[in-house]
Amino acid sequence: MLSKRIIPCLDVKEGRVVKGIQFVDIRDAGDPVELAKVYDEQGADELVFLDISASHEGKKTMIDVVRSVASELAIPFTVGGGIRTLEDIKVTLRNGADKVSLNSSAVNRPALITEGADYFGSQCIVVAIDAKYDEASENWHVYTHGGRTPTDWLVTDWAKEAAQLGAGEILLTSMNKDGEKSGFDLPLLRAVQDVVQVPVIASGGAGSSEHFYDVFTEVDADAALAASIFHYKETSVQNVKAYLKKKGVPVR
Amino acid sequence: MMIGVIDYGMGNLFSVSKALERIHVEYKLGDRPQAIEGCDGYILPGVGAFPDAISALEEHDFIDFIKEKVTDGVPVYGICLGMQLLFDSSEEGGRNTNGLGLFPGTITRFPGIDEQGRSYKVPHMGWNELEIHHPGKALMTDVEEDHVYFVHSFVVKTEESSILYATADYHMEVPAIVGKGNLVASQFHPEKSGKPGMQLLENFCKVMCKQ
Repeated sequence: MLSKRIIPCLDVKEGRVVKGIQFVDIRDAGDPVELAKVYDEQGADELVFLDISASHEGKKTMIDVVRSVASELAIPFTVGGGIRTLEDIKVTLRNGADKVSLNSSAVNRPALITEGADYFGSQCIVVAIDAKYDEASENWHVYTHGGRTPTDWLVTDWAKEAAQLGAGEILLTSMNKDGEKSGFDLPLLRAVQDVVQVPVIASGGAGSSEHFYDVFTEVDADAALAASIFHYKETSVQNVKAYLKKKGVPVR
Repeated sequence: MMIGVIDYGMGNLFSVSKALERIHVEYKLGDRPQAIEGCDGYILPGVGAFPDAISALEEHDFIDFIKEKVTDGVPVYGICLGMQLLFDSSEEGGRNTNGLGLFPGTITRFPGIDEQGRSYKVPHMGWNELEIHHPGKALMTDVEEDHVYFVHSFVVKTEESSILYATADYHMEVPAIVGKGNLVASQFHPEKSGKPGMQLLENFCKVMCKQ
């Protein structure tokens, strides 16, 4: 049976791991390769690296990080942040990443999803969606540029479109829940799960092992991603998996 | 001992190379047969679409090369798409493309609907458990029924159960590790599949290729 995946996410800026709480405050949480190794040892099923460097130098550093991670670890990892062209996708994957995550660039130019999927296969293309609930329309809207820019897309429509264009996976972050540690956004996840056939990674809101249990049993998410609770050692991947196993959720 | 990694422009060569370095195996990459002639074993990686990969293998003159090596009994390991290429044909890309025909069977897309009519997700993505059918094979030495990382939308369909060293269950029986003599392959990337994956690579290089 396919097991549920636990995915630590590392936000990388100029080669160092940081984590923005609700996309604003940033604290330094260490070296990406060292952290990646720790997570691998703890039983992380996959890793996500989001490059939030603004500078050209930072982007180059990210390729070195990708190479080091691919050299030292035997688990798959995804790289996102600033991937805008097919050439960017090629460079990232050829340096050892298994998947790329596209966010703003895919909203700006949806054909990028298809170009990447045609060239490397859908399995390499993750579309990351930052979702924020809008009280007035009672629906979730897609935001880009690290959550700063609202778009006209409804999250469910964009998720459907992205999957049709060739996305192999949807990484769905709830901006309302991100950093709150009050649990994943189950209604949002359920809404997206209902409209796409590709795996969905739940992101935003993880604060305890129970939250992972909820997201796997109540909405049947394929994977769940978290950052700060792992970085600041509030719990470990190991603990979360032990808990899930005890409760009968299939984990590796 | 020297492993030749077949570079036809469509493999995740970096991670395979690094995995070989981690288990202290010497290797060379070659984009033409002449560049890697005479190695003790070969790895055929592969990421991308089947028709493109077959064209790329042709362009790089690797089709006959691989067939000759297999006929001569030189160990060859196909990874992911590199495994699918070894079968008779594939329907990927909306038409039928012939493969190398070294394993009997065809490549079809996961139907996405199970026998009870329930839909399920494609690609098959994530860690799934191996069920081992031929534990005695050299490739399978010390490989346990552990989780390995799958990521694929197309799957091997074969009537030949003798080649199924291991399978996984994803709404149907998924051929995970196949073999016939010195020709072996896995649907998953061993270099991305934790301990059991690294064990397979090690077995291929140090048990099967060591002459």
